[in-house]
Amino acid sequence: MDAIFLQVLNGLDKGGAYALIALGLTLIFGTLGVVNFAHGALFMLGAFVAVAFKSILSLEQVTIDPTRMTAWGTPMEIRQPFVEVWFGDLGATVLEYSVPFAILAAIPTMLFIGLVMERGLIQFFYKRPHADQILVTFGLAIVVQEIIKSIFGANPIPQPAPEIAKGMIDFGVALGFDAGNVVYPAWRLIYFLFSLSVIAVVFAFLQFTTFGMVVRAGMADRETVGLLGIDIDRRFTIVFGIAALVAGLAGLMYTPILSPDYHMGMDFLVLSFVVVVVGGMGSLSGAVLAGFLLGILQSFASMNEVKAIFPGIDQIIIYLIAVVVLLVRPRGLMGRKGVMEH
Amino acid sequence: MKLLAMSRNDILLFVGFVIFTLAGPIILEPFGAGYPDLLQKFAIFGIFALGFNILFGLTGYLSFGHAAFLGAGSYTAVWTFKLFSMNPIPAIILSTLIGGIFAAAIGFISLRRTGIYFSILTLAFAQMSYNLAYSVLTPITNGETGLQLAQSDPRVLDVALGRDYGAVLPSSDFFGLEMTGYPGFYFCAIFLIICFFIKIRIFRSPFGLMLRAVKSNQNRLNYTGVNSRPYDLSAFIISGMYAGLAGGLLAVTDPLAGAERMQWTASGEVVLMTILGGAGTLIGPVIGAGAIKYFENIFSAFNDTILMNAFSFLPEVLQSAAVSVTSLFVGEGWHLTLGALFMLIVIFLPGGLMEGFKRISAMIKKRMNGGSDGSASSNPTTSA
Repeated sequence: MDAIFLQVLNGLDKGGAYALIALGLTLIFGTLGVVNFAHGALFMLGAFVAVAFKSILSLEQVTIDPTRMTAWGTPMEIRQPFVEVWFGDLGATVLEYSVPFAILAAIPTMLFIGLVMERGLIQFFYKRPHADQILVTFGLAIVVQEIIKSIFGANPIPQPAPEIAKGMIDFGVALGFDAGNVVYPAWRLIYFLFSLSVIAVVFAFLQFTTFGMVVRAGMADRETVGLLGIDIDRRFTIVFGIAALVAGLAGLMYTPILSPDYHMGMDFLVLSFVVVVVGGMGSLSGAVLAGFLLGILQSFASMNEVKAIFPGIDQIIIYLIAVVVLLVRPRGLMGRKGVMEH
Repeated sequence: MKLLAMSRNDILLFVGFVIFTLAGPIILEPFGAGYPDLLQKFAIFGIFALGFNILFGLTGYLSFGHAAFLGAGSYTAVWTFKLFSMNPIPAIILSTLIGGIFAAAIGFISLRRTGIYFSILTLAFAQMSYNLAYSVLTPITNGETGLQLAQSDPRVLDVALGRDYGAVLPSSDFFGLEMTGYPGFYFCAIFLIICFFIKIRIFRSPFGLMLRAVKSNQNRLNYTGVNSRPYDLSAFIISGMYAGLAGGLLAVTDPLAGAERMQWTASGEVVLMTILGGAGTLIGPVIGAGAIKYFENIFSAFNDTILMNAFSFLPEVLQSAAVSVTSLFVGEGWHLTLGALFMLIVIFLPGGLMEGFKRISAMIKKRMNGGSDGSASSNPTTSA
């Protein structure tokens, strides 16, 4: 029982990442009708906002202390990050919590990137066939990825979680299991809660604001909304920005779990597309549900007991499920009729 | 069936293609591409792209998983070398067959869906094969190291025929002719020509017309009472066999197979080759494949010293600036160029280079006729 519970927990953080990326993909698809293969690149860019944020914060002041000598007989160099020099303890705290604080930097950055992408490229592809959209965004993804590679190098750059979230939480005890059986890294739990709250914010935004209402109306019938005198294109541009932001935040918070490198976006993108298809193209709740579902199933498949029966199942489970779902329920778990039938 | 009943244009195109291919080493010499290793790549990826185009160009199904067939072909060929014979003929036959069988299995499921669903399904299958090749199938694929020949391989047929390679690692040879260098290229070139011939025949056949009908309006085709599934599936299998053959030839010229050949970026590359040359055209994909492999070869060889020399006419400040900008795009950064090229082609020239040529020739024609000719409208789906 507790083993099963632990596997469910294990799947939740990855599932959260899938759900967030798939949510953005579905938003873009539902509003703009564009298949965005560059969405994984946005996830990766978010992660690298955290990397850049940390490396800017850790710029160091080098002072030479003539009173002390190193073993080589040269004056000792004292390195101290500027933030600590200027702000003392506060600076040290910010540096320690660089990943969560990077969210502040990521919000404007990702929104800006999203808006530029939509205005600069995507808007010319509304009327083009889906194949063209796939191809051009695929090209864009390669370009973004290679630029990041040339700036940050090809190796993964570890981003430590804050000290307080580094440990494990033994919360099986709270649920009545024996101590030590359900132990879970704190940051993964934080990630899960974070992804839940982002999803909640996005849904609330769409459900309870006037802007969200207009966007939903536009998703249902774009032309009529336009005829009512609403500039729907501008709203959809903003929706693209929001989708980029969601993907970016998902990537940013994921950095302590998986050290970011330039191709992490591609790895997640393929899976997220599968998630979208399983959930049902154009269904927001389907995307979220399928994201968590597939994350959990993947973690079950990587249990040793399961692998002993079906070797290699952990590598292919998601694709296998996608194949089965598409064959049994061609529109996905919660797909609507008439979306992407061609 | 009259095998050679081709229109005059097609015969001209085919003869021109044969001459160009066979004389490739001489014609491409001035461009610095006249050496066998690169020419082999032109021919092999030409075959790959030709096959992909039978599916994508004719039926419009965008497969993102064709690299899986290429990889399967490579593995099959290397295994044939290991188990049976170093002669490339059995290896080629088997890898083509296996490519076809893989394609039949994957196509049977994927073709139940169209559009983007199809793309994602093929992508999923290719990733699945790639992941499996890396993990569980390691006894067959030798995982990350890649499948290689060994001295201790059984090579049943060779042994039965009394051939002994002694203490050296054998390389593939066609009845004594080693498949490296120019013999290797001509071996591939002959297959390229055969494949091109088959493709012309397919394009001009009733079967090809049916495939075009699938692309232009599958619904209407279904309403007229035609079940299009068998046609789609045959196109998918044929293109899978082309990919398997290409994979087999890769192994013939260099007996090594690795899982990275199956990765989805490799699938993306063949899509790019086809689009760059011109999807749906006869010769476009070969041109696209040649162009990409050529520039890959040139660009990735560049380094900062070469760039410094190239920009030496500039003042020093500008020189280093120019070098640091261009060095992003060459050498290690070749993929950046590839991605940018991808975008530019899709944005500005969706018909590929062939459409570009046609536009230019139409412009020239118009100039000559004094602008009275109106028949030059480009139609990328039906061209040579």
